[in-house]
Amino acid sequence: METYGKTIAVLACVLIFQTIHSQVDMVQIKGGTYIPLYGVDSTAVTIDDFSMDVYPVTNVEYLEFVRKFPQWQKSMVKRLFADGNYLAGWENDESLGDALAPNAPITNISWFAAKKYCECQDKRLPTVDEWEYAAMADENMADARKKESYNQKILDWYEAPKTFDKKIGSTFKNYWGVYDLHGLVWEWTMDFNSVLISGESRKDVDKDSNLFCGSAAVGASDLMNYAAFMRYAFRGSMKANYSIKNLGFRCAKDGIKI
Amino acid sequence: MLVMATILFGLFTSCKNEIPEKKYASSMDIPATVEMVATLTSPPNVPPPTGKRLAKKLIVDMEILEQEGEMTNGVKYVYWTFGGTVPGSFIRTKVGDEVEFHLKNHPDNKLPHNIDLHAVTGPGGGAESSFVAPGHEKVFSFKVLNPGLYVYHCATAPVGMHIANGMYGLILVEPEEGLPDVDKEYYIMQGDFYTKGANGERGLQPFDMQKAVDEKADYVVFNGKVGALTGDNAITANVGETVRLYLGNGGPNLVSSFHVIGEIFDKVHVEGGSIINENVQTTLIPAGGAAIVEFKVEVPGTFILVDHSIFRAFNKGALGMLKVQGDENEAVYSGELRDDIYLPEGGGIQKMPVTGEIPESEIPAKSMAERMEFGKQTYMQTCFACHQAEGQGIPNAFPPLAKSDYLNADVNRAIDIVLHGKTGEITVNGEKYNSVMTAQTLSDDEVANVLTYVYNSWGNKKTEVTPAMVKKVRNK
Repeated sequence: METYGKTIAVLACVLIFQTIHSQVDMVQIKGGTYIPLYGVDSTAVTIDDFSMDVYPVTNVEYLEFVRKFPQWQKSMVKRLFADGNYLAGWENDESLGDALAPNAPITNISWFAAKKYCECQDKRLPTVDEWEYAAMADENMADARKKESYNQKILDWYEAPKTFDKKIGSTFKNYWGVYDLHGLVWEWTMDFNSVLISGESRKDVDKDSNLFCGSAAVGASDLMNYAAFMRYAFRGSMKANYSIKNLGFRCAKDGIKI
Repeated sequence: MLVMATILFGLFTSCKNEIPEKKYASSMDIPATVEMVATLTSPPNVPPPTGKRLAKKLIVDMEILEQEGEMTNGVKYVYWTFGGTVPGSFIRTKVGDEVEFHLKNHPDNKLPHNIDLHAVTGPGGGAESSFVAPGHEKVFSFKVLNPGLYVYHCATAPVGMHIANGMYGLILVEPEEGLPDVDKEYYIMQGDFYTKGANGERGLQPFDMQKAVDEKADYVVFNGKVGALTGDNAITANVGETVRLYLGNGGPNLVSSFHVIGEIFDKVHVEGGSIINENVQTTLIPAGGAAIVEFKVEVPGTFILVDHSIFRAFNKGALGMLKVQGDENEAVYSGELRDDIYLPEGGGIQKMPVTGEIPESEIPAKSMAERMEFGKQTYMQTCFACHQAEGQGIPNAFPPLAKSDYLNADVNRAIDIVLHGKTGEITVNGEKYNSVMTAQTLSDDEVANVLTYVYNSWGNKKTEVTPAMVKKVRNK
């Protein structure tokens, strides 16, 4: 039944909105095995090949989406799916207004909305593991997590206020050909809250808990990888209907040839 | 029923038997029924005492702001704050209060945060129930059970970084009867900061995680920045008054050896708790700890607050001032040296810096442009008040520097006046002036910078003054 419903939903997108402009730029990311921040040797994660959008979804792309799908407009959206900050800053249901740059990443977007957007492009949100896997690359290396300069660059971004209104593509192109994973906005992932941290970072040392945080970071694979701690902390503070000014998204797809 | 009966009995018989005021066996039993919005204050101020008021349901509204500030001249830093200041807003409660805490994370902020109040009895000190995403507000409540002075701080991963960026403050829990009255109360909190650049390096300085891990602080300061408690920002009192300082140490790493030069603490609530020590010179404040000190000021003067791990005070910023006004009391202290300590042209104690300017002078200007820029900063700090923004001076009081024949005539004389001061009549552009310019405590670099700025502004003759020239005059 559930599958049936899902199929209908996807079908609806495809049938009605074949003309919707979708981000054509995707790149293939070769799968592999890596140890996430919260893991030890035994928790290595294997990632299958997948494709990922080169850029985060922009304001203008999302505008096109809500024009075709009025139920996701600012005034129409169900509160269950998006809180009061949804599309905050938009002039009205069908206009960004002057405050938002068309080519800046869409933010103030809920997880439900981001997920639906991707589905309507015949795509999906990336998983946390996929996102982290793609984002551990710098310009030249697939895994730059050990590079101090790379971590510092990310940390510097976390400390720089108001980066959400920069244009897409204004940061660097990484090893896989993906832009802006660090430097513009945080990004939704499919299973953003699967790695649970409670609000109390120092308590997350229980055997039940995957992530070891803050001062009790004894279990983390890389003690200096504070940048990633902050991403996991951020994800841990979220609920699916939240809309946040610094949070956007991009889509992914299973590893078919493009 | 039995309890009721006892209370009733007590009420009816109180006239005759003088039953003492109702006391509760446990602070948990103190009722907190009436609602009240808490007054929060920015450092160095504290909210009014709770006095004899009964326990209340106390609403605390606190907003988290990530914002750029200035660590010291020209050094910018992105602070993460509770209430827009470092340390965060002061919260004043009394035993038995039920605090309803509203933690608001501003939508423009980048990160989730929470709050751990050491005054809370409960998991995480509230951190567990206050984890809040940007653009959201969390509400939780707790009852304050133990009197004392407690630190609060953010406990979101990575905890050390949140604290190092300034996310800490103090919450005071007064005993049921309140604290004894004093004349002046102030809020001071020490913190250590770690920047990518060395102490004094200009520009926006990112947080340096490795230095923080190594506990190699670039700045150790009171109230979030160098100079937060010096000069015009000094705390004040009058002779004969009792001063109470609520002292905290946010850390994240260093413990503080808090000391006031020229005062003895009459009373110290050791570690902010109930033990009272008396006649103390220096009190140790652990990272994540606090202390309350009280003393009476008997003589006028400027009293210097320091972390007596003394290089921090004179080289990293941990220095504040308490300015006391009033009549001399020569029985306590002969006034003879009083001004000399702080006005360097007098007496023999010329080297004692009165502000955190030392780091400033350690940065030599690398180009003419920098010499002008730094010179302007020094001018605005040191010369502006008398000689004015455009060097126009003040008629009949302070001579002009703009198009000044006196200045342009002799550069070595100008250097000498800055170094050693000048008293007596001079003629500038045909006008006579008879006033006093005090000697300035500036390094050779700073003198060179400021004079170069003056000579290259307002129609003067564009001389570049070098530190070597200053040195030559100084050594004459």
